[in-house]
Amino acid sequence: MQATNVTNATNAATELPTTATNHARRPKLFGWLLIAPMVLWLALFVVAPLIILLVYSFCQRDDLGRIVYQFTWENYARIFDFENPIYLRTLWLSILYAGITTALCIAIGYPVAWFIARQRETVRNRLLMLVMIPFWTSFLIRTYAWITILSHNGLLNGFLEAAKIIPGPLEMMYTPFAVVIGLLYAYLPFMILPIYGSAEKVDDSLVDAAHDLGAGPFRAFSDVIIPLTWPGISAGILLVFVPAIGMFAITELMGGGRQPMIGNVIQNQFLKARNWPFGAALGIIFTLLFILAYAFVQYRASKQNHNQ
Amino acid sequence: MNKPSILMRLFPASGLKILNWGLAAWTAIVFVFLYLPILVLIVYSFNDTTKKTTSWEGFTFRWYVELSQNSTMISALKNSLIIASITTVASVIIGTVGAWLLHRYQYRFSRLIQTLVCIPMIMPEIIMGISLLIFFIVLRMELGFVTVTIAHITFCFPFVLVAVQARLHGLDPSLEEAALDLGARPLQAFWLVIVPCLRPAILSGALMAFTLSLDEIIVTFFTTGPATRTLPIEIYGKARVGLDYTLNALSTVFVVTTVVFVFFSEYLRKLGARK
Repeated sequence: MQATNVTNATNAATELPTTATNHARRPKLFGWLLIAPMVLWLALFVVAPLIILLVYSFCQRDDLGRIVYQFTWENYARIFDFENPIYLRTLWLSILYAGITTALCIAIGYPVAWFIARQRETVRNRLLMLVMIPFWTSFLIRTYAWITILSHNGLLNGFLEAAKIIPGPLEMMYTPFAVVIGLLYAYLPFMILPIYGSAEKVDDSLVDAAHDLGAGPFRAFSDVIIPLTWPGISAGILLVFVPAIGMFAITELMGGGRQPMIGNVIQNQFLKARNWPFGAALGIIFTLLFILAYAFVQYRASKQNHNQ
Repeated sequence: MNKPSILMRLFPASGLKILNWGLAAWTAIVFVFLYLPILVLIVYSFNDTTKKTTSWEGFTFRWYVELSQNSTMISALKNSLIIASITTVASVIIGTVGAWLLHRYQYRFSRLIQTLVCIPMIMPEIIMGISLLIFFIVLRMELGFVTVTIAHITFCFPFVLVAVQARLHGLDPSLEEAALDLGARPLQAFWLVIVPCLRPAILSGALMAFTLSLDEIIVTFFTTGPATRTLPIEIYGKARVGLDYTLNALSTVFVVTTVVFVFFSEYLRKLGARK
């Protein structure tokens, strides 16, 4: 089933890989030959491009936008220009938006995931399917749906005016509010599914035991339920926070480019400004951020494992 | 800290019940939030209006007719379906074989390989997009069908691999040994014994690869050329302009297909579970 598939994928990403099984053998030539194409593919289309990206970020470009292989720090200096920190500000804003989206996804999605996980199996499967349908529907289409609702002559304005709550139409499209709604709507299922995956495994008797030992609902929640479902939460954070930082399509559609995010800036450098080395440097900074977020989640996970 | 909370003291027995009702209500609200926009989208695909507004003017199939005559949309859909199909087949082959090899053999670099496999799954799409773009340009490859397909396979096959790997972990290792003892050659044992056991995992991995490829825009955006426009690229271009009712019609087709898809895969899963 897809939900378990997603949880598997995300858990594989957050947990340490376990490949060595006790009946696994040492490969002979045949075994190496078979795995070689896959390893080559990964080396060629994942590792090599990343290395070239890193190299590019230290290169210069000529007036025509062509690459000049000459070492420079300038691209990074331009990002970390504290006198004129436009790029740092964009970066910070992107992190902020992605952070707000992630926090809202947890706050909104956690109770839903928990509720679904506590149902009888038939009810549970039906509710899960209800989460999965938006999950599998193109996020572009789902973002487009909000344009109908939030636009100047849109449904929400029409409704609020008819109900005499507001005197005239509000400008909701192309605002930070619209961007967050778009991101939240796109990523909410990506938070619900992995948390559900963890919540389903929580043994009811552990929660009962916490109550029996005198913990109130809040304490049982913070000291028992949260640690037990942390793998799901952390997988959800990785699935929402990291993509949301770079998601230029939603910020462009809902923000109309008025709120440029780091993704929009990178896209611009590659397609319009044609300053690839600078775009590459921005990409490298973003990658470092991603590795930091990932390391944080891993660290929390290993600490949790240690405590248990 | 041992005192029961205020809530528990006020409603000693029904505290949990209240909590449950609250959770149920919250879940219902979230589902409304998830489905209302999609519903609006579908309803408006039947709106008979020429204006770019959201006022309801009557029922029509006009937008569907227009969609079916829109040649750029149709060719974009065709491109997307072809790319997604090739991606799915390649991902299933690479992913299944890779998972099996990583399971069966203990390579000196097994952990490293495993980590490498995880990178395309968790890496931000935009980084993958720009790094592949630079890579293809450095190699002087023409951007288009081939480059998009390569990019899609790269981020799709790990999902198949992980799905198959999860299934392999639950598999009895003596199955293969029995096949080998009974005289099967290793390849025969893999094809006749292991692959049938992995079918549900392969199928759900394939489904995942197909939909991921069909819906991908960021990586596609950077690795495609002007001649190979995929459906998401086309939708993005149109949605940037604003309301367009052919988009509503297209979305409705998409949503209905997705619903059928999800029900079908659920049906397959139940069928698999019964065996």
